[in-house]
Amino acid sequence: MGSGTRRLDIEEIGDITIAKFIDKKILDENNIQVIGNQLFGLVDEEGRTKIVLDFSNVEYLSSAALGKLITMEKKVKAAKGKLRLCCIRPEIYEVFAITKLNRLFKICEDQERALEGF
Amino acid sequence: MAWIDEFKVRIPSSTTEGQKVQERIISRLEEIGFPARGIFGVRLALEEALVNAIKHGNGLDPNKHVSVVCQISQEKVRVVIEDEGAGFRLQDVPDPTDDENLEKPCGRGIMLMRAFLSVVEYNERGNRVILEKHRNDDAAPSLS
Repeated sequence: MGSGTRRLDIEEIGDITIAKFIDKKILDENNIQVIGNQLFGLVDEEGRTKIVLDFSNVEYLSSAALGKLITMEKKVKAAKGKLRLCCIRPEIYEVFAITKLNRLFKICEDQERALEGF
Repeated sequence: MAWIDEFKVRIPSSTTEGQKVQERIISRLEEIGFPARGIFGVRLALEEALVNAIKHGNGLDPNKHVSVVCQISQEKVRVVIEDEGAGFRLQDVPDPTDDENLEKPCGRGIMLMRAFLSVVEYNERGNRVILEKHRNDDAAPSLS
């Protein structure tokens, strides 16, 4: 995992990893760097390939954070895994829709739906 | 226009300093009861614009500064952000939603600012941006 305080709550259901963002705001650069490193560590260091990212706590998300999610998607894909995003509140979903990243990511309403189809 | 708050600050090229200005503006908007949806857009746009000015405009050069002028009324908030960089041409910024750019990890800030604010205007040089959010502008961002 990346350095600094833990920014993700990790739960395992079978071979699926649920990573829940702890922060309400994924906005500032330093913060995003740390969160990105911890996300990438799930794949690069821990070899996890079935990952659900839970956004329940997230109230703000900047374009720099979107960049990390795109890199994460590529890493998971390269590892022949699957990434799902869930529990995204409407304002945050707008950020994905405006940037058309809702086409790139598999976004599910809740954890239950995200866990289906792995 | 009767401004109820107006200030000007000049900050070094540091994102931590940018965060402080952002918090100051957001706190003031919360105090005067600006709509939550509007505040969401303003916070997001300020983050994007300040990071652009500090990182892309000034290149994180500690000898360069970013000036921020903020004016708040009951009707709207107006923020002018100016860096000391060479500027850029808006038409040179690729559309991040084009298929060939969709998987690129950067280039979405200006698009988000435009979607969530009432006014986003750059000067000709491209080193100053005017951001406005009007209180009654609570339309959903354009998804086109």
